[in-house]
Amino acid sequence: MSNITDYTSLGKEVRKDIVEIVSRAGRGHIASAFSLVEILNVLYEDVLKINTKDPLDPTRDRYILSKGHGCLALYSVLARKGYFKKDHLYKFCSFDGILGGHPERDRVPGVEASTGSLGHGMSLGVGMALNSKIDKNPYRVFVTIGDGESNEGSTWEAALSASKHKLGNFVVLIDYNKYQSYDKVSEVLNLEPYADKWTSFGFDVHEADMDHPEILSQILTKKINYNDEKPHLIICHTIKGKGISFTENNLDWHHKSRLKPEETKALIDAIMNEGAPS
Amino acid sequence: MRKRCLETVYKIAKEDKSVIFIGSDLGKGTLDEFKEDFPDRFFMEGISEQHVVSMAAGLALEGKKVYVNTIATFITRRCFDQNVIDLGLAKSNVRLIGNGGGLVYAPLGPTHLAIEDISIMRSIPNMTVLVPSDADEMERAVKASQSYEGPIYFRVAKGGDPVISHPENGFEIGKGITYRPPGPVTIVSTGILTKRAAEVSDRLKAEGHEVGVVHLHTIKPLDTKLLKNIFDRSKAVLTIEENTTIGGLSSAVADLYTEWDGDPLILKRIALRDEFPEKYGSQNDILKHYDLDTESIYEKTKGLCAKVERKSL
Repeated sequence: MSNITDYTSLGKEVRKDIVEIVSRAGRGHIASAFSLVEILNVLYEDVLKINTKDPLDPTRDRYILSKGHGCLALYSVLARKGYFKKDHLYKFCSFDGILGGHPERDRVPGVEASTGSLGHGMSLGVGMALNSKIDKNPYRVFVTIGDGESNEGSTWEAALSASKHKLGNFVVLIDYNKYQSYDKVSEVLNLEPYADKWTSFGFDVHEADMDHPEILSQILTKKINYNDEKPHLIICHTIKGKGISFTENNLDWHHKSRLKPEETKALIDAIMNEGAPS
Repeated sequence: MRKRCLETVYKIAKEDKSVIFIGSDLGKGTLDEFKEDFPDRFFMEGISEQHVVSMAAGLALEGKKVYVNTIATFITRRCFDQNVIDLGLAKSNVRLIGNGGGLVYAPLGPTHLAIEDISIMRSIPNMTVLVPSDADEMERAVKASQSYEGPIYFRVAKGGDPVISHPENGFEIGKGITYRPPGPVTIVSTGILTKRAAEVSDRLKAEGHEVGVVHLHTIKPLDTKLLKNIFDRSKAVLTIEENTTIGGLSSAVADLYTEWDGDPLILKRIALRDEFPEKYGSQNDILKHYDLDTESIYEKTKGLCAKVERKSL
């Protein structure tokens, strides 16, 4: 299935949604959502076993977006998959909308956990993955965390626990875009040697260049053994603001949310012309 | 009380496969039977409260009833954000069992004193806060929690506390228990202090004063019906609690009073002060330091009786 997924077109579609949502709502994290797009497209097109008609189907794979501020990308993908009507996207953060600035369980079909406070998603995911073992219900749990998010100590508490419980059905995907709010990750709180840290915590570690989403798809569909005794972790090398040359690695875009009509148009034109991934 | 609490968790786990137990780093031998009988539902997760609470929530979101146990200060404060988001917001069926509520760990000093656990836990939307009076009531509380929806915080007292509760009292979450019917003065109490309140009432009755005693084992949701009944029938209400003056039982009662449209009445309280106790000693030593020994409660109540009786002359 992965060899036919058109990540370029899907990426354009999601980024266009993100810009349109932000343009209408006047809020939202554009760059944090942009870096996530290919991770989500790979998961939702090639990997996750889901049932949009029954979002709580007990056999489904669980997905948690722990870096909840990237929710715009998730909302676009969930709407595309049919969890809810696309109209909801344009009511983002509005008084009577269901889609807030961070995703909420019980409000948004397809959202497994309310996130936004960083450092919770991995532990929630460990609980869900443990439940799969207790119930002998072989679903898998995927969690995306941000690189800045792994500043939180609870990330490493969860890592110890996932390893202790030999959760082969537990997969962490790090959106390693190398920037956090204030500055480069390497300046704020250096994470390197990042892969070594996770390996030493007992994870089966992979790295994926997200300019080539098919690599991540291969890892998740072919390389990983979900019956393994080690939890898995993929360092996804992404680019903050990915998809448009002038938003890439540009911190001005981390919080930028007020878009003038001409900016919206310029962004959408750039997305359609430049596209991502390369 | 802690022992009975955990034994009851084991009991309900025997009949209910969805019951899970998670400890942090509890004493050797804790719930060995549970571990032996249900190894896949018993977890000792290490000193990592933030992770433990979220992991418990992850299990609860999948349909499990998860009982988590460690020291009260750590299970409330260290992971407060997790308590708010993964328990309160998620309405997950996680039950936090906090050992050493109030001043139980007096000899260990301020780091281990849970003097504001009631305040902070009751500030979380959807959180239920239970403060049983004795081991027997704790057993009933844990049993009641089995079929209850939403997160719960149990404040656990020292153990060996004198028993006041009776089986015929039953235990319904959110419903207070009247030990002495409301009089001109009524004491509203929680936890182990209810026993002292009853003793005070009996002593004053022998001296010709009618003092009601109402036990609120559930601080949240507050039994507003019962409290309004007391406001209606009493001229003075004295709340006593092993929690600071900020945000505990007396605050809850005073909050309700602001919505009270009936005749005005006197509200008084005895509570821990807004400070870190500068003393060690025993739980009882510090309770006495804050006038929460039986004698001080008696004096305060007697004074209120005299005041109310003077007014009605």
